[in-house]
Amino acid sequence: MQQQTPIEEQIDLPFVESLRISFQSLKIRFGRSIITTAGITLGIAFLVSVWTNNEIELALQESGRSSAITNLDEAAEQGISTKDIWLIIMSLIVCVVGIANSMLMAVTERFREIGTMKCLGALDGFVVRLFLLESGFQGFAGALIGALIGLLGAVVLGLKNYGLDLFFYFPLLPAQHENGAFQLGVLLIILFGCILGMILAIIGSSFPAWRAAKLPPAEAMRTEV
Amino acid sequence: MPDIVVKTEDVVKEYRMGSNVLRALDGINIEIERGEYISLMGPSGSGKSTLFNMIGALDRPTEGEVYIDGQNMSHLSQRQIAAFRCHRVGYIFQSYNLLNVRTAHGNVTLPMIFAGIPEKERNEKAEKLLDMVGLGDRMYHLPDELSGGQRQRVAIARALANDPSIVLADEPTANLDTITGREIIDLIKKLNTGQGVTVISATHDLKMLDVSDRIVDIRDGLVERIRNRDEIEIEVGEVGGHE
Repeated sequence: MQQQTPIEEQIDLPFVESLRISFQSLKIRFGRSIITTAGITLGIAFLVSVWTNNEIELALQESGRSSAITNLDEAAEQGISTKDIWLIIMSLIVCVVGIANSMLMAVTERFREIGTMKCLGALDGFVVRLFLLESGFQGFAGALIGALIGLLGAVVLGLKNYGLDLFFYFPLLPAQHENGAFQLGVLLIILFGCILGMILAIIGSSFPAWRAAKLPPAEAMRTEV
Repeated sequence: MPDIVVKTEDVVKEYRMGSNVLRALDGINIEIERGEYISLMGPSGSGKSTLFNMIGALDRPTEGEVYIDGQNMSHLSQRQIAAFRCHRVGYIFQSYNLLNVRTAHGNVTLPMIFAGIPEKERNEKAEKLLDMVGLGDRMYHLPDELSGGQRQRVAIARALANDPSIVLADEPTANLDTITGREIIDLIKKLNTGQGVTVISATHDLKMLDVSDRIVDIRDGLVERIRNRDEIEIEVGEVGGHE
């Protein structure tokens, strides 16, 4: 062997470059991105609406207003009823499963793309970073839209039950009631929803992306969905 | 002394499928000289694509060693392997493997992005390469808007982006009609003779025979025989006669 030029180390790419590639990819796959994002939106909308609705009821009960559904609701006592807690937990589970599922699907169908990028010289970390950025952005955008839709749903329901009183007692900010019941407030719920959506989207996509990036390219490209 | 660019030593590759072990490569020893045009031939399932993957550092052998430019590939770090794939080798696949989210131009620039080449320079080079493969007028089309032959041309331009010394082509003509396949082969051959690029191609396309310097016949994971160009030309005549 005559030529023994040592093989150099692959360089890291500037962050801007990753950002540009991931946005390009989101833009061109817009239709598919929207479907994935819709999965996140729905999950968060459900969670936020259930939770906000709960907060509204709590706030208005606290204020002494009776609601049309209070008499139906056996949990007229103060604080969140067990049923409400269950409902919130259920919506949280639906949200987690829904988002994880859409992100898993979205990444799995791109295994070949990941393998190809590695053939062209992409480092494992770069591939994961691309997916992290894409899914983080998708997650945040989807969750924000979802949270607003959920809020809107809860407000409409609140208006139906309490009329305009709703706005006088709207539980926007965290509050500690005299009887010790604590309210998180709608603003924090929305913030929580956005962060949750983003984190779930990132976890849901970066795990399969990381797994695909670790595979030898030949294997990643063989993967059929 | 010949300048050996690729050397494999007793390369074995096994795939586990449940409790079964499939021995795709059963101890392959070949040496490929710089500037050669080599065809790995064999029926499907013979192991030629597996060998292709080993030579291109796209998969790891179960046993044995692969040396490229005198480097033992199993001794390289992740970063070195990435740099190797980026700079030393250009890959061409049967199913093109273009990124559908990037235009033809975007596909060609990607390996140059990974290599850290400045934007202006890589854009110019991508244009030059796409011109060379005859796609000057379809540079900014997405792969979905291109025909099979055009996509393979993009793949060839992309393979050449970082001036590799080796081009690996895995069944580059298998998805193409005879005439387009011929054009693609001629294009690859031109790189081989014009730019001195070593071409290693896994194929069972007989059209590849008469451009190859040597043909390595793979059967059941073993090298069955290695034929030289002069032995090949006689056979091409026969093959041509049958068509």
